[in-house]
Amino acid sequence: MQVDVDARHKFTLGPAGGRTRVAARDSIYMAQPSAPSSGTIVSLRGVSKTFESGTVALSNFDFSVRAGEFVSLLGPSGCGKSTALRIVSGLGEASAGTVEWPGGTAQIGFVFQEPTLMPWANVAANVRLPFTLGRTDESSSAAAVSQAMARVGLAEFADAYPRELSGGMKMRASIARALVTEPQLLLMDEPFAALDEITRFRLNNDLLTVWQELRRTVIFVTHSVFESVYLSQRIVVMTPRPGRVFAEIAIDAPYPRDERFRTSVDYAGYCRHVADALAKAMGGAA
Amino acid sequence: MSDRALRIGLPALVLAAGVLLWDLVVRIFAIPPFVLPAPGLVLTTLIVDGGLLWHSLLVTLLTTFEGFALAALGGIGLAVLFNQSRLVEYSFYPYAVILQVTPVVAIAPLLLIFLPQPLAVLACAWIVAFFPVLANTTLGLNSIDHNLLALFDLYKASRWQVLWNLKLPSALPQTLAGLRIAGGLSLVGAVVAEIAAGSAGAGSGLAYRIAESGYRLNVPRMFAALLLLSLAGVAIFFALSAVSHLMLRRWHESAVKRER
Repeated sequence: MQVDVDARHKFTLGPAGGRTRVAARDSIYMAQPSAPSSGTIVSLRGVSKTFESGTVALSNFDFSVRAGEFVSLLGPSGCGKSTALRIVSGLGEASAGTVEWPGGTAQIGFVFQEPTLMPWANVAANVRLPFTLGRTDESSSAAAVSQAMARVGLAEFADAYPRELSGGMKMRASIARALVTEPQLLLMDEPFAALDEITRFRLNNDLLTVWQELRRTVIFVTHSVFESVYLSQRIVVMTPRPGRVFAEIAIDAPYPRDERFRTSVDYAGYCRHVADALAKAMGGAA
Repeated sequence: MSDRALRIGLPALVLAAGVLLWDLVVRIFAIPPFVLPAPGLVLTTLIVDGGLLWHSLLVTLLTTFEGFALAALGGIGLAVLFNQSRLVEYSFYPYAVILQVTPVVAIAPLLLIFLPQPLAVLACAWIVAFFPVLANTTLGLNSIDHNLLALFDLYKASRWQVLWNLKLPSALPQTLAGLRIAGGLSLVGAVVAEIAAGSAGAGSGLAYRIAESGYRLNVPRMFAALLLLSLAGVAIFFALSAVSHLMLRRWHESAVKRER
């Protein structure tokens, strides 16, 4: 499992090789793994995805995530980040390349860009959905359901219907549903993109709190430099059309992160660094 | 005046004006009751013939409800079947459309030859009523949230779970809209078949009473029966609207009151 990470480093730091890749994975942007704790949970190797329309969403995409890590996929719209996430989840299939699960396929929680709640069911029933579909009866899942709702601050809204909730609260319900089975891997596809900034900041903080409590692996897709720096241990910057890894940047700032971090010089520095990488990634494709 | 008061008050005013005009016309032109009975006479007939008409109403309503229930079952059942298998849908959907576009008045006499009368009446009610349920439910089943479907996939939901926990509840508003139309139509179907059977003379439904009274030039009774029929139609519509509202009020936009 560790081999995968090592191999990439050798490749990246090696003197020659594929021109674009070496240039792209410039050592300036290359991060040392910040927390080399446990092994790789999932890795994508040489994954490509071409849609029937002929659009090449991903091309030779290499990416791996360690257990317990918070990683962001950052890139402009159309760079294939969502496609990569769907391939990891099994909802999409790679046209070429492989998805490897060294420790066996992980249980997955998925949070979409929209809250994707069942409008006919109240919050509790929505959060319970994974158990309902897994044929776990209500009494044995009740504790997990109320715990998941409490974790995202929705304990008092168990009986509310989605249309009675604000956008932020709907997203909380969606996150509670993804967390209720305590999956090893949480995939989030621009979950806060449609929210206002105040709500988004609050949800960022709450997400970090939950992550620190549960210590699950998170792959977070976003097009916001600021959001990715605030949340992640590691940011994978992607190039658009076709999507591939342009740079990986470690954000070594310690957790817990809060508003002090958001206004710190360090944070601003990281943001500049990441924005720079993103600009180069996009420039390279133009 | 509040909106609600206007909604009830204005139609009532129109009704009163209409009835008054009707009464005046009958008096002024001295129209005989076998051409156009005065509203008072219609009402009297309704009371005098009450027992007979009430019995006929029940007969027609029973057929209507049976037709409606079968239409609901058949419409939803076919929609689910079509949704589950494309081949079945391709094979049979055109015939559902043909059944719908062929005027039921034209089918009724044939059905009366092939089937015993009560069954023929029921079949007519079903034929006109099942299609809106089928068409609306199909629309609902086909317009589910793709992300929700992906989520069900992710949790390895069975086909049955996708149908029962996702597709049917998601299609509920459209299904209910179809049922609301079907309620009125099953009454139409029952009436058409009874009228068609009228000359055979074996029925006892309200439409049969209308046909029979027509032959006897008992026009006041025709009006009284007609009045009962349209009241029954209105009642069916309101009952189904109420059911629909109760089932959707917590979650569907169509049933939610908004404050401006």
